[in-house]
Amino acid sequence: MIGHALHDALDAAGPQAGHIVHLWWLTVAICTAVFAAVMAALVVALKRAPRAQAGDPPDVSSLTRAEPTLFRAVTAAVAASAVLLMVLLVASIATDRAIASLPGEGALHIEVTGHQWWWAVHYDDAQLDRVFDTANEIHVPVGRPVIVSLESADVIHSFWVPNLHGKKDLIPGHTTSISLRADKPGIYRGQCAEFCGLQHAFMAFEVVASPPAEYEAWAQAQRRPAAEPSDAQAQHGKELFMSGTCMLCHAIDGTTAGARMAPNLTHVASRRTLAAGTLENTPQNLAAWILDPQKAKPGAQMPAHPLDGSDLGALVAYLETLK
Amino acid sequence: MTADAALLERTWADRPGFAGWLAAVDHKSIGKRFIVTAFCFFVAGGLLAALMRAQLARPDNKLVGPDLYNQLFTMHGSTMMFLFAVPVMEAMAVYLVPLMVGARAIAFPRMNAYAYWIYLFGGLMLYVAFFLKVGPDAGWFSYVPLAGPEYGVGKRSDFWAQLITFTEVSGLLVSIVIITTIFKLRAPGMTLDRLPLFVWAMLVTSFMVLFAMPSVMLASTMLIMDRLVGTQFYNPAAGGDAILWQHLFWFFGHPEVYFIFIPGLGFLSMLISTFSRRPVFGYPAMVLSLVATGFLSFGLWVHHMFATNVPELGKSFFTAMSMMIAIPSAVQIFCWLATLLTGRLNMKTPLLFALGFFFILVIGGLTGVLLGSVPLDLQVHDTYFVVAHLHYVLIGGAVFPLFGAWYYWFPKFTGRLMGERLGRWNFWLFFVGFNVAFWPMHHLGLQGMPRRVYTYSAEMGWGTLNLISTLGAFTIAASVLLFVINAVTSLRRGTPASANPWGAGTLEWATASPPPSCNFVELPVVRARDPLWDPAAEPGSPRRVQGLAEDTREVLVTTLMEARPDHRMASPAPTPWPFWSAVATAVMFVGSIFTPWAVVWGSIPIAIAVIAWFWPTRAETRKSLEREKQPALP
Repeated sequence: MIGHALHDALDAAGPQAGHIVHLWWLTVAICTAVFAAVMAALVVALKRAPRAQAGDPPDVSSLTRAEPTLFRAVTAAVAASAVLLMVLLVASIATDRAIASLPGEGALHIEVTGHQWWWAVHYDDAQLDRVFDTANEIHVPVGRPVIVSLESADVIHSFWVPNLHGKKDLIPGHTTSISLRADKPGIYRGQCAEFCGLQHAFMAFEVVASPPAEYEAWAQAQRRPAAEPSDAQAQHGKELFMSGTCMLCHAIDGTTAGARMAPNLTHVASRRTLAAGTLENTPQNLAAWILDPQKAKPGAQMPAHPLDGSDLGALVAYLETLK
Repeated sequence: MTADAALLERTWADRPGFAGWLAAVDHKSIGKRFIVTAFCFFVAGGLLAALMRAQLARPDNKLVGPDLYNQLFTMHGSTMMFLFAVPVMEAMAVYLVPLMVGARAIAFPRMNAYAYWIYLFGGLMLYVAFFLKVGPDAGWFSYVPLAGPEYGVGKRSDFWAQLITFTEVSGLLVSIVIITTIFKLRAPGMTLDRLPLFVWAMLVTSFMVLFAMPSVMLASTMLIMDRLVGTQFYNPAAGGDAILWQHLFWFFGHPEVYFIFIPGLGFLSMLISTFSRRPVFGYPAMVLSLVATGFLSFGLWVHHMFATNVPELGKSFFTAMSMMIAIPSAVQIFCWLATLLTGRLNMKTPLLFALGFFFILVIGGLTGVLLGSVPLDLQVHDTYFVVAHLHYVLIGGAVFPLFGAWYYWFPKFTGRLMGERLGRWNFWLFFVGFNVAFWPMHHLGLQGMPRRVYTYSAEMGWGTLNLISTLGAFTIAASVLLFVINAVTSLRRGTPASANPWGAGTLEWATASPPPSCNFVELPVVRARDPLWDPAAEPGSPRRVQGLAEDTREVLVTTLMEARPDHRMASPAPTPWPFWSAVATAVMFVGSIFTPWAVVWGSIPIAIAVIAWFWPTRAETRKSLEREKQPALP
């Protein structure tokens, strides 16, 4: 279920989001106290000060007489504000240092490239046969640091998984990176946070954090090229894919389709969502998406494919074999 | 010798009729137009926001598609920042500053008129483009490459960039007008330490505009060139840089927030002083805080960019600056509290709006401290939390004081008081509606709702809070409608106002409501910070300026620090040429969206119009020569 993915900045599932939550509550506590104090002073002023009319003569005694009590009160309030700001500043910088210094030994390296409006994900490894590509879904092992390198293929995007960390922008011409660690298994929703055009609203992804063994099993499955379809309908679907427009943009490892304009579909059926977190990944949704992507995601780069019922069924059947 | 009011009126009045209306140079006529125009843009921007709120009221709503929605929020932001918030503060200053400093006229009145027309034409261009479905759609910040030639196809971003050009020209000119008026046209005796706090606020603001605007001017010009003539300033593939845009834009964009906020602080000082029936506590601290805010506001811009590649040390610096700027604001808030505490309160609508400021702005200021902190900002940046924060700051810090100011100065503008009962309804609906609309957005942001999304799916669970927010937004719309009704009915049937209906202390209340064309029949001499509250009026010594001509437009120029009389200067007469120059400029600006050659050919009509503008007439020359030889002493 799409809805089950967590997205809450105050529900930390990793050390960085955890540090930020601590700082958050400290800041909120201080700010609430300051707000309450200012409002209390205002209420006292409104209660104590007598009422007057426009015609009443103004009180200009302050021009010739000093007001030492007021002066002391205002000075004390300003000094208190400065001290509290200093506390927040120190706490903020300490937190910033803490989240920037995640130990990186044994880190998993992932490259994420932002596209209008989906995420290409590349799992890097020193051994070439362990490298693989996927899209819109990032699996990570619990407890292991992950270094995500961020690049953009078009405009500026921003990578944000609120339960794990703050944002990092994907900027064309610059490579940025963000380090994460998920300490609790779960599915965390991520989202593009920098306005990037028509479908900025539906440029989501998911981070699936699972125990290391489970993660390794998933990664092993992802490394395998697509299996040859066994039944005739799926075989027909594959022919459609390879002879039609699909392969001009999509890649399926182990076949002749190798384009990188659109999400890699090698294991599309294993993913939880379609179209960057827009739709739940069911055969019905997949069929509807292929027929007319503009209906669910107006402006999406994928064109409509007015296939007839049997062709559409075959194509969906083929894609459903890509587990 | 007493002044001849009828002669002065003949000398200073704008010409009658439609032609006279186009030729007007009186700062009060221009100021009123400016204010009404800015208010119209405020309503337009508000209607766009209402449409956005209607779309977001429930999940998966189909009322507005992504294409229109992107135009809506771009238009809303651009309208509110460039066509309402900054111009309306300038507009208030154009009307009020010459009166507050006791001047017969504003400095450079024709340039002032030109600045107004340029502003009007820029705004009209943007809305014409929007109604022709080429409204800009890359956000009011127009980040490249989304707004660049490759991804921002069509003419949409060109209209946005050209709007910036119009606003820049208008903003810079008005700033020069205001600074010159404040420095050189003050009434004798109004030393700098006797300037009303609103005038100080506008002085600081105008200098900030002069230093901040060139940055966005540079940025938008490079954007136009990238789009129009194939330069590559922002194209990383050709050695350009997308981040360059962000630095240039925010180097302007953050001070811009403060040149909306600082005039608001100026209004508050005036309101709180008058309605507490005492001078504001801590005048020197107030002035220094305004100046400090002006300086510090140039050191915060990177906190809009914490999610890009900013070095750690740089981030710490900008966090420290972002927190430090809270201090001068705190100084002012505490001084106002002290003033209220020791004053006697006249609880009228303007004061209510000032009190509303305390609640809203303090929340906005505190969430601002929070956004200055890098780790917290990384979480809430570009979410609805920021939408909540910025509206708390801008509506609390600028719009509430502005509404208070409108209730306060309406009798000066029109000669009639606004209705008090409707005023209270207006205030309470606005106050409640505002908090209902914007408080839930803090929570939405923390729950992960990003800004600038045209819809969201039901599974996200953001529906209820968004619905509440939408109801609040409609409440605000109702309160603004009440304001319009109140203003229109008061204009006809409001209680006639005396020269000083609120018993205020500053000079604009020393003249009739509304003021005569010459502002002051008897030009005042100032001996105190609140001249009308001056207890030590020495009898016998001159209380008014003598020796200025009445049959010709003459203003008294005084020295910068001490405001000693220095010389008399002729103030230019009404002329339609600023209007025609603005028309020619607008044609050139709009034409250059379509072809770079418009810059070349378009400059010819501008040159003709400007030459006509400055063409000396024999009659004027003869008159000034005569006056030079024979000063009009009594």
